[in-house]
Amino acid sequence: MKTENQKAWLFVLPVLALVAFNALIPMMTVVNYSVQETFGDNVFFWQGLDWFQQILRSDRFHDALGRQFLFTFLILIIEVPLGIAIALSMPRKGFWVPVCLVLMALPMLIPWNVVGAMWNIFTLPDIGLLGYFLNHVLGINYDMTQDPVAAWITIVTMDVWHWTSLVVLLSYAGLVSIPDAYYQAAKIDGASNWAVFRFIQLPKMKTVLTIAILLRFMDSFNIYTEPFVLTGGGPGNSTTLLSIDLVKIALGQFDLGPAAAMSLIYFAITLLVSWLFYTLMTKDDLN
Amino acid sequence: MQKRSIVPIVYILFLMLPIYWLVAMSFKTTNEILAGFSLFPQTFTLENYQTIFTDPTWYWGYINSILYVSINTVISVAVALPAAYAFSRYRFLGDKQLFFWLLTNRMAPAAVFALPFFQLYSAVGLFDTHLAVALAHCLFNIPLAVWILEGFMGGVPKELDETAYVDGYSFPRFFVVIFIPAIKAGVGVAAFFCFMFSWVELLLAKTLTAVAAKPIAATMTKTASSAGYELGLLAAAGTLTIIPGAIVIWFVRNYIAKGFAMGRV
Repeated sequence: MKTENQKAWLFVLPVLALVAFNALIPMMTVVNYSVQETFGDNVFFWQGLDWFQQILRSDRFHDALGRQFLFTFLILIIEVPLGIAIALSMPRKGFWVPVCLVLMALPMLIPWNVVGAMWNIFTLPDIGLLGYFLNHVLGINYDMTQDPVAAWITIVTMDVWHWTSLVVLLSYAGLVSIPDAYYQAAKIDGASNWAVFRFIQLPKMKTVLTIAILLRFMDSFNIYTEPFVLTGGGPGNSTTLLSIDLVKIALGQFDLGPAAAMSLIYFAITLLVSWLFYTLMTKDDLN
Repeated sequence: MQKRSIVPIVYILFLMLPIYWLVAMSFKTTNEILAGFSLFPQTFTLENYQTIFTDPTWYWGYINSILYVSINTVISVAVALPAAYAFSRYRFLGDKQLFFWLLTNRMAPAAVFALPFFQLYSAVGLFDTHLAVALAHCLFNIPLAVWILEGFMGGVPKELDETAYVDGYSFPRFFVVIFIPAIKAGVGVAAFFCFMFSWVELLLAKTLTAVAAKPIAATMTKTASSAGYELGLLAAAGTLTIIPGAIVIWFVRNYIAKGFAMGRV
């Protein structure tokens, strides 16, 4: 049991100070901008909640939000089952395990702009490996700078390439923590593969899968650099996800008020959905 | 068992293809790349790498990145250790709320913070220093480090602490001499994840630097737009950014997945 000790706050103070410095001060700046209008020169006018109303009613925001949800939904329904399947088919011990894990983790350690640039040169229609293969060997007309569908397939594939390993690593960690005795018992009972998965492996992976899904949700919902470098949000606005749109408004047009209001709405949505995921996935534990 | 191992092999091949293409391209001349498709470099060249290792604007990009990533990793782990200890051993007023609040900072899109960060770090006179980027990355790395370390510390029985106090250890001495070695795998995993997320982040690193602390990733984007489309050079620079991560991951290969498996949600 943990003991009650208010002095523990002293241990937490450095963390609190550093994170608060980074989180609270910028957040206050954003709140401050979100209720004001500026024409430059540090002159601000009170604007109230106008920006929030404007953003919430604008089609541009609805479209970007819709694309963002579609993107996150797609990568979650591909990466989570795929990651579990790969983790299940990995050997549980042996020489090759660490080699596999290192190779699988490699994409996660590449700077995000390099990931975008790498996929860009990989998919160039005439000189990229994938682009050349699709266009000249398979004869499929593939050009993601022209075709929105191709652009979508490319950014989703890129994300699957980039992050499925996180689900694999976490699921695998859950799997290796299952004692051999469980499997032997299941064998004696004559349990099918599905039953072993459903009643032994899945429950053991639940904690790590919750973490994996939460991390994948937060990170994919906030994704910016990779699709920006790969497609620049195009063709047209077809791959302009929320963050890309936000940066366009904030730094491209320098509309600080609307950008700040949009940031806060964006953050609130991320928080809300994360909280929903968290509550839904830990619901059974509470009962 | 044999049939099943097809799945990881195919998956790893899929992961390696774009990486192979990047590496192959880095050994080609830009002319060869633009001239047409070739599976292997026809005229093998080290020119791209030579440019990077001799031009200070290039190699300083790597030094800058490694500097701020290292500072960030040290700060994050150092302050997360006592905090994680407090969360794992004690109940105190607002502990659960504080823990959740820390995690919410991972949910904030970096795009939201880019401009306020620029203003904040300009105001305190740290703009364009390694320390600025290192401190800014604490925003998402400290919560993660606390989360991972707390999981590892939870696995250490409380009797260890009590025995040490009976033996007459003071708290700081116990913490450094006994407790930290007991969770060294956790420290390794936390440091690895801090390194990773700081190394791959670009938006904040780019916003907070201009010349003196410019990260390699920003050097790459600048070159892409100013010096024409030098694909071979970009590919070589990209290839070199993979190496530090690969080295670090090799050291923690046996612990990497464990860090989260032991953590709580």
